[in-house]
Amino acid sequence: MAEQGASGSDVQKYDASVSAGTGVVTSDRIDNPGFEPFRARVSELDSKKEKANERRVAMMFGLSMVGSVAAIVAYIIFPIVPGDPGSVRTNTFLLGLGLALGLFGIGFGAVHWAKALMDGHDLVEFRHGTRGSDTTRAKAVEVFHLGNKESGIGRRTIIRNTLIGALVLFPLPGIVVFRDLAPAADPNDQLRHTVWKKGTRLTKDPSGVPIKASEVTLGSVFHVIPDGLNDRQDKLEQKAKAAVLLMRLRPEDLHASKEREGWSYKGIVAYSKICTHVGCPVALYEQQTHHLLCPCHQSQFDITHEAEVIFGPAKRPLPQLPIAIDSEGYLVAQSDFHEPVGPSFWEREH
Amino acid sequence: MTVDTTAPASAPATSADLPPSNGTRVTNWAANYIDERTSISGLVKELGRKIFPDHWSFMLGEVALYSFVVILLSGTFLTFFFQPSMAVVTYDGSYAPLKGIQMSAAMSSTLNISFDIRGGLLLRQVHHWAALLFVASIGLHMLRIYFTGAFRKPREINWVIGFVLFVLALAEGFTGYSLPDDLLSGNGLRIIDGMVKGIPVVGTWISYLLFGGNFPGEAIVGRLYSLHILLLPAILVAALGAHMVLLIVNKHTQFAGPGRTEGNVVGSPIMPVFAAKAGGFFFIIFGVVMLTASFVTINPIWVYGPYDPSPVSAGTQPDWYIGFADGALRLIPHGWEFMLGPYTVSMNILVPVVGLVVFLAVVAAYPFFEAWVTGDKREHHIADRPRNAPTRTAIGAAGVTFYAVLWTAASSDLLATHFKLTIEGVITFLQVSVFVAPVIAYLVTKRICIALQKKDREIALHGFESGRIVRLPGGEYVEVHEQLSDYERWKLVSFDDHAPVMLRPNKDGKITVPARLRARASNWFFEDRIVPVSLTEIEASHGDQLTQEQVAVESR
Amino acid sequence: MAKSASPSTRKARSSGRRSPLASVSLLVIGLLATGGAYALFTTSATAATSSQVSSMVSDGQKLFSSNCASCHGLAAQGSGVAPSLVGVGAASVDFQVGTGRMPGAASGPQLEKKPVQFTDAQVAALATYVATLGPGPSIPSSAYLTGKGEVATGAELFRVNCAMCHNVAGAGGALTEGKYAPPLAGSSAKHIYEAMVTGPQNMPVFNDLNITPEDKANIISYLKYLDKNPSPGGLDLGNLGPVSEGLFVWIFALGSVIAITVWLTAKSN
Repeated sequence: MAEQGASGSDVQKYDASVSAGTGVVTSDRIDNPGFEPFRARVSELDSKKEKANERRVAMMFGLSMVGSVAAIVAYIIFPIVPGDPGSVRTNTFLLGLGLALGLFGIGFGAVHWAKALMDGHDLVEFRHGTRGSDTTRAKAVEVFHLGNKESGIGRRTIIRNTLIGALVLFPLPGIVVFRDLAPAADPNDQLRHTVWKKGTRLTKDPSGVPIKASEVTLGSVFHVIPDGLNDRQDKLEQKAKAAVLLMRLRPEDLHASKEREGWSYKGIVAYSKICTHVGCPVALYEQQTHHLLCPCHQSQFDITHEAEVIFGPAKRPLPQLPIAIDSEGYLVAQSDFHEPVGPSFWEREH
Repeated sequence: MTVDTTAPASAPATSADLPPSNGTRVTNWAANYIDERTSISGLVKELGRKIFPDHWSFMLGEVALYSFVVILLSGTFLTFFFQPSMAVVTYDGSYAPLKGIQMSAAMSSTLNISFDIRGGLLLRQVHHWAALLFVASIGLHMLRIYFTGAFRKPREINWVIGFVLFVLALAEGFTGYSLPDDLLSGNGLRIIDGMVKGIPVVGTWISYLLFGGNFPGEAIVGRLYSLHILLLPAILVAALGAHMVLLIVNKHTQFAGPGRTEGNVVGSPIMPVFAAKAGGFFFIIFGVVMLTASFVTINPIWVYGPYDPSPVSAGTQPDWYIGFADGALRLIPHGWEFMLGPYTVSMNILVPVVGLVVFLAVVAAYPFFEAWVTGDKREHHIADRPRNAPTRTAIGAAGVTFYAVLWTAASSDLLATHFKLTIEGVITFLQVSVFVAPVIAYLVTKRICIALQKKDREIALHGFESGRIVRLPGGEYVEVHEQLSDYERWKLVSFDDHAPVMLRPNKDGKITVPARLRARASNWFFEDRIVPVSLTEIEASHGDQLTQEQVAVESR
Repeated sequence: MAKSASPSTRKARSSGRRSPLASVSLLVIGLLATGGAYALFTTSATAATSSQVSSMVSDGQKLFSSNCASCHGLAAQGSGVAPSLVGVGAASVDFQVGTGRMPGAASGPQLEKKPVQFTDAQVAALATYVATLGPGPSIPSSAYLTGKGEVATGAELFRVNCAMCHNVAGAGGALTEGKYAPPLAGSSAKHIYEAMVTGPQNMPVFNDLNITPEDKANIISYLKYLDKNPSPGGLDLGNLGPVSEGLFVWIFALGSVIAITVWLTAKSN
């Protein structure tokens, strides 16, 4: 049944009109030896083997039925018990196992059928050049000519040009209407301010309990949110800018520049937790080295030197929040951050 | 198209000389009914016996196709329960460690799918595993196409469509990953926000519009949901359709083999063998995904918790296919940011972003580059063995290495902890590797290819070393070589020969710079090439063989 | 969800720990009566008489001078290679020695968990002795170590305070210069508590005003919940997130798929 088609002489079937480029067509190429003789499979030689293969295929389809039924049974008799994750595990596992058996049975059965029992001869189909024949192409060109002639699009330039103009303009309103994807306000202004202001108490994340300076012992780290944040409607947006890390070091370990000398309190310093690279929370504080590590892209900041970057892709130090204590001994902000927190943006210094 | 493998089921059964049974009569009636309304018999005649060549690597695209079908099926189930809303709710489902915690409706409904709907967690895991398999199989499929040169004329356009499918798959993956609004994906979005803000001039505004205000806002999950289940799949399905139509128009490539030529395609017909195999294979792929999903946890959002801008987990990584981008960000050394007048230019973001866009553009444009370098205008339907195009294979190896270094960089922290290294050491090593490793890969691969070609040549001419040592009457010891059959030899010798593009003056008698460039590139591309064995050489070697008394013997 | 501690034990424990003027014996009684889950199983310490306490102090001192003094100094005053132990408290000793981190082995980026070098009684004696050197965190009350606190609160606090280093599932994570935050699975409740109050090595201190003892108990309860309940989805792949998932899909899923394609396209016998 094999359609013995090709032999060596058929090899070069390239369209003569297409250049071979740099292809070198060797004149003394080895000839294609043509098809190998067909090798019959056991199913074709031995009817017992054929029967066995038939049984195997049917058995796999049968297993599939067992699997599908088992999946339904598992669904019903292993329900999820609220509050028991073990029951979710059992349900997922058994339901999945039944379904997998149902699928594998069909899949392996069908493939085995095709491989062992269906006709195993290779067939040949001839290729034709992808390009249309010259007549077809001439007809296609003719279609365009007629289109041009009957509509006059090439001749009536005023129609053509105004049409182009209309088509160029018509998507613009479609772009403009996307302006209201975001509110009217200017993002630049918002990126420059956080909810921190003079006198805002530093409170614990997530409880919102204010922190006394005396509670921040040496080597401690507090994850801090501004007082009142939890009651805000835009809690997450504000938290994304205002999250702060509070640490206490020995005052002699801090190397503050002149203008920041009053920004800490007895070795307690507060820095923005938002990475200046792309904004991950930088919160891995090593209390002995005083390094902060960002877990996303491994930027490292040195708290003893105003959080300057000592490794990694971030460029700028983490912004520092100036802090003091109020009359009751609670830590408060002296002001907002003195620069925008978080990742750099084009107009940042503008 | 899956349609092609199933449609012929309704084909009219003709060759029956026996009186038709009841079943046949029904089939005939149905086939007639449909054909009179659709002309489907023409399609069946055209496609029903179309030939598909058999090779394991030709199945990789099918893996991608079938995992996509699995994604569509499982994804539809998930949409029935998922709420794409960022409205804050208090979780009150079955999972104790999150009870009473505030989170978005998206997160809460995903937890409900996982813990309160039977089979929900299974289907979530099926969906996510299938997505990982989808992108992985697309990647492997692309590598197969690349390394066998199956992108050459007339398939360049289908390569580009396939590339678009790959990018769409990445986009689908990322939008889906972000939907549950858990801590991991939220930090992923935060990184996207930071990267977008790093785009000069428009970045701040794009981020603002994308998130509907300040990050994280209340809009992003809903917007990504529209993209994830509507726009992106629609484009993907359309591109997939085009991809399949062109596959049918161009017919599948095949590897060189006895009887196989540029003018034919040898293999199994769609009806019935290929349909049974491909249809069965769909169920097998579905089964593999199902089995994985029932055994192995993926994306345990209940452990990650709801998104909150303050916490983060050690080992925060994106899904594997975004890893190369994350790795590129990690590899930028300290200090790449400068001021342009009053404006901030974040080279630590621009370099990786632009670098990866360029990398992807190179991948998309490679077929056109190779066509230009080789000047080859012929159609190619015989897939190259990678060794027979050493420069292409070496370029591919360099590209894979470059990608792999970036990919590795995305797990720099895990490498450090699991192999007891320092993060800094791993990153510095990879910073060097990203430049050096592709060069080494290029050189080594090219040499390996050429060595393999030489070995093929040797075997084609002189046969295999049989390991049998024979002592000749003269006392000389030789190893007996076993000659190949003509069929075996053909696989080794049937590849294209090329010569570099010659530098010729154009019609004005000038040698232009592009022409010069092209000639140099072409020389480089075909440098050290090995010529296929010719008939003369074979005959000469046969001559040798005959003098050795019918035994293939070669004296050393 | 039983409340973590009965009022009486909490009071006893806290007065012992909080007051810097608390006597050594109070500390030790607190240790033996409430914290010494280990001690209960040892033969040496079944009752907390003052004679036994003082014998523990002297035992501890002997152990200290023969095992620790070479680095920490005879009076535990510290040296160039090791910190002073005055005021680190019993909790610190119990954590460092009880997890085998101390005595330290060859210098590496950080001290690692190793097989414990001492018997529980010896650890208790060392802790008792060091606690006499200056006031510091004591061994936690067993009331906080039951693992019966509020897991949801614990999980939230864990995400905010711990997950950035130890990973959300407690799988551990990398720090700078080869240091790392160790995995927490299987760690004893007592050691987790002690690590929080003492801040071993580069871990920050989480004192009781930052995270209250009840909240520490909640965090421990969450970690115990994770220990007790395997992932509902099946194998957890080490809880390493997308990296291990990616490796799994490439190696096992795609690997088996390729094996199947080879079988599928091979000619049948």
